[in-house]
Amino acid sequence: MKQVTVLSGKGGTGKTTITASFAVLAKNAIIADCDVDAPDLHMLLHPQIMETNEFKGSKLAMIDEAKCTKCGLCREKCRFSAITENFQVDPLACEGCGVCTIVCPASAVTLTERISGHAYISKTKYGLMAHAMLSPGESNSGKLVTLVRQNAKILAEKENADLIIIDGSPGIGCPVIASVTGVDVGLAVTEPTMSGIHDLERALQLLKHFNVPPIVCINMYDINRDNTEEIIRFCEKSGVQVAGKIPFNPIVTEAMVEGKPVQEYALRSDVAQEIGAVWKSILSVLGI
Amino acid sequence: MIISIASGKGGTGKTTVAVNLALSLGDVQLLDCDVEEPNAHLLLEPKINEEKPVYVSIPRINEELCNYCGKCAEFCKYNALFVSAQKALVFAELCHSCGGCTIVCPAHAIIEEKHQIGTIKIGVAGNSELVYGELEIGEPMPVPVIREVKQQIDKSKNVILDSPPGTSCPVIETVRGSDFCLLVTEPTPFGLHDLRIAVQVLEDMRIPFGVVINRAGVGDRKVYEYCREKHVPILLEIPFQRRIAELYSRGIPFTLEMPEWKDRFQTLFDEIERHNAK
Repeated sequence: MKQVTVLSGKGGTGKTTITASFAVLAKNAIIADCDVDAPDLHMLLHPQIMETNEFKGSKLAMIDEAKCTKCGLCREKCRFSAITENFQVDPLACEGCGVCTIVCPASAVTLTERISGHAYISKTKYGLMAHAMLSPGESNSGKLVTLVRQNAKILAEKENADLIIIDGSPGIGCPVIASVTGVDVGLAVTEPTMSGIHDLERALQLLKHFNVPPIVCINMYDINRDNTEEIIRFCEKSGVQVAGKIPFNPIVTEAMVEGKPVQEYALRSDVAQEIGAVWKSILSVLGI
Repeated sequence: MIISIASGKGGTGKTTVAVNLALSLGDVQLLDCDVEEPNAHLLLEPKINEEKPVYVSIPRINEELCNYCGKCAEFCKYNALFVSAQKALVFAELCHSCGGCTIVCPAHAIIEEKHQIGTIKIGVAGNSELVYGELEIGEPMPVPVIREVKQQIDKSKNVILDSPPGTSCPVIETVRGSDFCLLVTEPTPFGLHDLRIAVQVLEDMRIPFGVVINRAGVGDRKVYEYCREKHVPILLEIPFQRRIAELYSRGIPFTLEMPEWKDRFQTLFDEIERHNAK
């Protein structure tokens, strides 16, 4: 079983649009939305949730006011500034490390379980899907991504699927690292803007750091053809395959408004055709 | 005043708004807190005057003192320590630098050492100051770098914070302490979905906010309907125009080529001040 992750560095380059089309094109794949922070794929694939699990990613300190002597040791030792001046725990700052529980001389602090989100297993008309929603403001998105990937793997084994298609989140930090480790290919989606180029370089360095073979596609390539040429030259120099150049087309937004993958909404469009070509390149790299 | 620029969805135009607002106001401090993928410097081309490494504290185990009791590993909530009968290992990338292991170790075998996870850069663009951070490739935790960027806040100035996308810990760290937050969205289903999540976070944090709609004219009207129902003020609309997109692609802030927009950003700032006075 193979895994491909769609990532980008920069947000809004078209990861989810492309992943949704891959879901339509794939014959026997499991879909995993690993953007647990701002997941959007479900708006195109309309999963029917079959199973929901609470995600307990971290703990939260709780101070028993009756026992607290207000000595201030917890506040002094907390490295996350999570204890306020009147000895309340700020749940957005608390990382659940437990230092306060061991330094409190009055044993007034305990750690409690917190529910940081939910993980789902769903079916879509394109195949089974693992996804999740991190509660707004929570940390530990990397752990939730790992859980989604585990769920996807279990589904893939059960269904004898030959591929897991992973939609990643923007950036290069913990959720993205959790989305790319151990996958067979990383598709970096970029756009021909200065920011797109800069962020692509960092995304490719990340893939290299984790030994994930890269492949690139340029979305909305015709917005700036000079920059597109620059990306192609850069990729050639770095030995990275550019698998496709997707044109700008308002039909992508139309399809989104209709809640459909481009591949279904406008199969004959230039966008859908080019995404199809990128898909073929990925399958050939994966040997499927 | 401290204004943060955030969005649930990536690529909606946070940096465009932050940079153009900074240029329109002048004499501000712009802090790019998207340390995973900082972009403001690409548009502003600052002269960098200072670079500072950002370190976190990581435990180091002195195996001569360690008796492999395993209390540190038992305590660590992040599984950053592993102790077997004859070996104690530290997984630096999992460590949150809470310092708990040094406290629980009965043999005083653990000390903390500095581990670099990023750099911050301080520079000048025009008459404004630009500070940005860069997380090292492969390092998972942007928050300490964001904290270091925010350490540079000069409260005597108007401060603009450019946030990373999303709604999880890096965003919380960025917007915490702001007087006002501008949520940049686009009028599409994805834009609306992620805007709702961001609104929830700001309401929880009790930070006043308003919306900027970028690429106005594409998509549908649902973002407008949502803002009307929720009584969220729409403070600025930037239309979808090929010219603006092209300028952005070349790394040129559009107010430099379309100076009539400077007044609109100034008005946006006045609106924010008016909202905050309420």
